[in-house]
Amino acid sequence: MIAQEQLSKLNGLALQIRKDILEMLFLAGSGHLGGSIGSADIFTALYFHLLRHNPLDPSWKDRDRVILSAGHLAPVLYATLARCGYFPIEEIKTLRKIGSRLQGHPSRLSGLPGVETSSGSLGQGLSIGVGMALAAKIRNQQHKIVTIHGDGELQEGQIWEAAMSAAHYELSNLIAIVDRNSLQIDGNTEDVLSLEPLKQKWQAFGWNVIQCNGNSIAEFIAAYRSIEPSLNMPSVIIANTTMGAGVAMIENDHRWHGKAPNKEEYLTFLNALQDRFDGSNAAI
Amino acid sequence: MAGNNELLNIMYPNPKALRPTKDGFGKGVEEISAINETVLVLGADITASVGLNHVRDRFPHRFFSFGIAEQNIASVAAGLALEGFLPVFSTYATFLTTRSLDQLRVSVAYNGLTVLLGGAHAGISVGPDGATHQALEDIAIMRSLPNTTVISPCDATQTEIAVKNAVKSTKGLIYIRFGREAVPDFTDEFQNFTVGKIQKIKDGSDVTIIATGHMVWESLKAAQMLEEQMISCEVLNCHTIKPIDKESIINSAQKTKLVVTVEEHQILGGLGSAICEILSQYCPCKTLMIGIDDSFGESGIPTELFRHFSIDAESIFIKIKQIVKP
Repeated sequence: MIAQEQLSKLNGLALQIRKDILEMLFLAGSGHLGGSIGSADIFTALYFHLLRHNPLDPSWKDRDRVILSAGHLAPVLYATLARCGYFPIEEIKTLRKIGSRLQGHPSRLSGLPGVETSSGSLGQGLSIGVGMALAAKIRNQQHKIVTIHGDGELQEGQIWEAAMSAAHYELSNLIAIVDRNSLQIDGNTEDVLSLEPLKQKWQAFGWNVIQCNGNSIAEFIAAYRSIEPSLNMPSVIIANTTMGAGVAMIENDHRWHGKAPNKEEYLTFLNALQDRFDGSNAAI
Repeated sequence: MAGNNELLNIMYPNPKALRPTKDGFGKGVEEISAINETVLVLGADITASVGLNHVRDRFPHRFFSFGIAEQNIASVAAGLALEGFLPVFSTYATFLTTRSLDQLRVSVAYNGLTVLLGGAHAGISVGPDGATHQALEDIAIMRSLPNTTVISPCDATQTEIAVKNAVKSTKGLIYIRFGREAVPDFTDEFQNFTVGKIQKIKDGSDVTIIATGHMVWESLKAAQMLEEQMISCEVLNCHTIKPIDKESIINSAQKTKLVVTVEEHQILGGLGSAICEILSQYCPCKTLMIGIDDSFGESGIPTELFRHFSIDAESIFIKIKQIVKP
């Protein structure tokens, strides 16, 4: 169990990251709001508690690698990296602007510290993770490879090719996280192309499956920690989240998947976030 | 090829046996594996077909089987390259460059990574398997990708040299296309080969023939027939289509004022297009593009297909003769 004091600190960071995302998207005038806000707790738990990493040495060879396969969640990744100290927080205001290292979808070529790989075409990150996990096994390195996916992304066939290969090579150092908010651009995932029974699908592909509330930092940390080091299979955490969690006006509304707030909405959303935080014992 | 090789015999005094260019690819990868322990080979279920079975047998701990899943393999290669390995991914060129194109583009090229790609069974010369297995668009596709080098060697010896030379001198996605059919292995193992630099095989003054891959040999035979009719041919082997050797193309075009391109590939977007992009900007002149004219391939034996699609030596000879002023 994580100490209450530590948890409060993490919840405060998650709130800050949500505010950063709102600001970034407002200033950019475009971007993917719902998923970025909804997965802020996962990113906070990873970067401020679970991962072994060093923002002062982004290419440290023993760092845990994070592959953002759902590249459209770039805003939450950027805000988190900035708050960790990978680059100046002021730079988040350049999101999607010409010449910025904060491209609309992550670009390794842009040289932004902390970005492990370019992404944006869905379904590729798990395979990249398989390659990195295999590399670590070959070299007998102990770090973990964490891939982050949207749930709609799991409709890509490549995900299941990668899932097969990860189990085949017993990549126990690979952890896939699915941001299961059950929404994609056209609507509910089960209406667009049903994913369920999702847990059984992963299990049938030879994966260790953990489910948790992805908007509870404590639950997510417990889920991550529950992965036994002695396992001889890759793990997937199906993190059930609410798209837009913390901003009541956009929660569970798929129209906010790929939209940015105008000035009025931005200010309203900021207040809504703070109110939720103040009224819920410092958690979203 | 028999009987008409007097000129070729002068240029290549030690003609070797027929060899498929894929053998050169396998040999090249075996040699780079022996000296570079970061080389890893990713298997796509057709390891022997693409000439990599010897590498697998010699370095089993550096061979990883990923089955019939091209998209996954391309991105796995990116993951390995991000960790400092040099992955080799080879499958039939048609699947490699279409089925896994998005992955090659985003996971590999847009990450600025170095991966060696072997496009096997390129061209129509794979023969009886028919159109699905005949890669005729791969050059056009691959040369449009940033951070990518496109190489189309003319024989097995050159393919082996190209592999070794390219991984030493080139960063980024390295695409090497080669065939399955046994073809004359005519270039010298000590040849001067530089990625991005055209090889002048023969000097001439009336027409420049720029060919790539298997078509270099066919073009040499056509040149010999043309020489017998007093048409002086300059023959260039454009083994690297990207980056294209602008200087050599312009120099030769300025001299002959007539450029013919020959490729076992769609005319649309391939070698001919690459050459004409240069000529139209820097040295406009009369051109003729020989290749597959916007159609799919079909089943047949390679020599029949070369004739059917009018890319054999005889057809090249006839087409050039028609446009050269008497």
